[in-house]
Amino acid sequence: MFGFILRRSAQSLIAVIGLLVLVFFLSRLTGDPAYLYLPLDSSEAQRQAFSEAQGFNDPLYLQFGRYLLGVANLDFGTALSRNRPAMEVALEAFPQTLKLAVIAMSLALVFAVVVGSLAAAKPDSLFDRIASTASLAGASAPDFWVAIVAILVFSVGLGLLPTSGTGTPLHWIMPIFVLTLRPFGLLVQVVRGTMISALASPYVKTARAKGVQRTQIIFRHALRNSLLPVITVAGDLAASLVNGAVVVESIFGWPGIGKLMIDAIVRRDFALIQATVLITAVAIFVLNILIDLLYARLDPRIRFQAK
Amino acid sequence: MTIPADTKQKPTARFQVLRLIARNKLALAAVIFLTLVVLCAIFGPWLMGNLVDKPNFRARNMAPFSLAQGWAYVLGADTLGRSLLARLIVGAQNTLGIALFAVFFSMLIGGFLGLIAGYSRGALSNVILRVADIVMSFPSLLLALIVLFSLGPSVSNLVIVLAVTRIPIYLRTTRAEVLEVRERMFVSAAMALGAGHMRIVFRHIAPIVLPTLVTIGAIDFATVVLAESSLSFLGLGIQAPEFTWGAMVATGRGYLANAWWIAFWPGLAILLTTLSLNILSNWWRTYADPQQRWRIELARSKKGIPEKRT
Repeated sequence: MFGFILRRSAQSLIAVIGLLVLVFFLSRLTGDPAYLYLPLDSSEAQRQAFSEAQGFNDPLYLQFGRYLLGVANLDFGTALSRNRPAMEVALEAFPQTLKLAVIAMSLALVFAVVVGSLAAAKPDSLFDRIASTASLAGASAPDFWVAIVAILVFSVGLGLLPTSGTGTPLHWIMPIFVLTLRPFGLLVQVVRGTMISALASPYVKTARAKGVQRTQIIFRHALRNSLLPVITVAGDLAASLVNGAVVVESIFGWPGIGKLMIDAIVRRDFALIQATVLITAVAIFVLNILIDLLYARLDPRIRFQAK
Repeated sequence: MTIPADTKQKPTARFQVLRLIARNKLALAAVIFLTLVVLCAIFGPWLMGNLVDKPNFRARNMAPFSLAQGWAYVLGADTLGRSLLARLIVGAQNTLGIALFAVFFSMLIGGFLGLIAGYSRGALSNVILRVADIVMSFPSLLLALIVLFSLGPSVSNLVIVLAVTRIPIYLRTTRAEVLEVRERMFVSAAMALGAGHMRIVFRHIAPIVLPTLVTIGAIDFATVVLAESSLSFLGLGIQAPEFTWGAMVATGRGYLANAWWIAFWPGLAILLTTLSLNILSNWWRTYADPQQRWRIELARSKKGIPEKRT
C-alpha cells in the first residue's frame, strides 16, 4: 500500500508540474502588469523600472527557472496586488473554501444516499418520480442563477438572510445550499440507478426469501454494494465542486480560494495565480489518492499489489 | 442479417421510440421544449433581428406580464427598454451554437486522440493519457478562466476552451472502446488482408466507436451549455454586443432589487434547456438498457397492465 501511495504521488507530482508550466506561460500572455500596478500617468521609464525590478523583462525561461528555484525553497513569490507572500494569502483563503466544500459534499452525500435509496426501493412510485425529477432539476440548474434567485427570495424579498459576506451562521446558509445542489442532484441519480440494479440482484432475492426486513435489505445489503460507484462519482465531483465554489464565492463575496483566483487573474497577479493553482491542484490530487485508499477499504477485492 | 430486413425494421423502430416518448409526459414536454428552442436558435435572429438592440425608453425596466407595449414585452424589458422575450429568442442561437461547436470539436479531437491512444499503445499513447489526466483532474472552470483571460475573450476562444476541457471524456471513452474493438475478428481479418494502419483505424474501428461518442456528446451538451453560461456570467465568456443567456443573467445581476426579471428569465431558459436534455438522455438510457426497458414499455398504460409486446 505504501508503494501505491508513492507511485500515485509521483504521478500527481508530474501532473502538478505540468499544470504549473501551463499556468506560468499562459498567465504571462495576459499582458504587462506594469500598466495595472502603476498609476495611469506613470512614464514609460517608470514602467520599465517596475518591470525590471519585478523581473518581468527577463526572458520567460529565466523567469520560469527563477520561479522553480523559489518553489524548491518554498518561496512562491510576492502577491503584487496585496504586497504579501503569495502562498500566505492563498493559504489564508484555502480553509474557507475547504469548509464550504466539505460541508456541501457531506450534505449532498448523506441526502443523496437517503433519497436515492428510498426512491429505488419503490421505482415509479410518487416519491420516486418527485425525487427523480427534483434531482434532475438540481443537476441541470445553473448554479449562478440559483444563487441569484436565492438572494432575490431570501434577501431582497423576505429579508431573512444576508446577501453576501461572512460572519454569522446565517451567512453560510445560501452558499452551502447552492453548492450542495448540483452534487446532490447528480448523486441521487447514481444512487438510484445502482440501487435499482442491486435490489434486483440474486442476493437481495435470497435475503427477501429468508424474511430479512425491508429496511435492512435496503440499507445493509443493497446499499453497501452500491456505494462504490457513488464514491467514484463523488470523487469526480470534487473537482467540479471547485468550479461551483468559484461562482458561489464570487456571488456571495466569500473570501475563499475561488474568489481569490478570479481576483488574481483579473489583476494579473502572476505569483498569486500560481500559488492558488498549486494549492487547488495539490488538494485535488490528495483527495484522489484518499478516494483510492477508501476504495480498498470498502471493496476487499481491490488490493494494491505492486505489478 | 440481410439488408432488406434491416430497412424494413427501421421505420417501425423509430416510430416505436416516438410512440413511447409520447406516452411519457415529462419526456414529451422535453421534446417539445427543445424543438421550440432549436427553432428559436435557427429562425430567431431572422424574426426578431431589429427588436433585440432597439432601445425603447418608454419600456425601461418594464415589469413582465403586461401587454401595454405589445406582445414583445410580455416578459418585461431590461434597463435600456429592450424586449427580454426577443433577446431570449435570439440568445438561443449563441447559447446553443457555441455549445454545439464545442461538443463537435471536443468529440472530433478527443475521438481522434483516443483512436491513436487506443491503437498505438506506445509512448505516445501514454503521453496523451497523462495530459488528459491533468486536464481532467483540474477544475475546468479555473482552467477556462485562465486560458480565456490570457487569449482574450471571444466566441472562437470560448469554443476552444470549452472543447479542450471536454476532450478527455471522449478520449478515454474512445480509447476504451478501441482497446476492445481492435481484438475483434474483423480487425485481425483486415490485418491479414494487408490493410494499413490508417485504413484499419478509420475504416474498420472508427465507425464502431462513433455511435458511443455521439451518445456521450448528446449527454455532454447540457454540461457544456452550463459551462458556457458560467463563463459568460463571470464576464470572461461572450462579450457585448454578442450575448448568450448566461451573459444576460450577468447583466441582470445588478438590478435584482428593482427588476428581478432581467436575470430571472434567461436563467430559467438555461435551466429548462439543460433539464430537458437531461430528461431525454435519462429516458434514452432506460430505453437502451434491455434490463430497464420494460419500465418504459409498461409505464402508464392503464395501471400496470402490460401492453402486448412486439
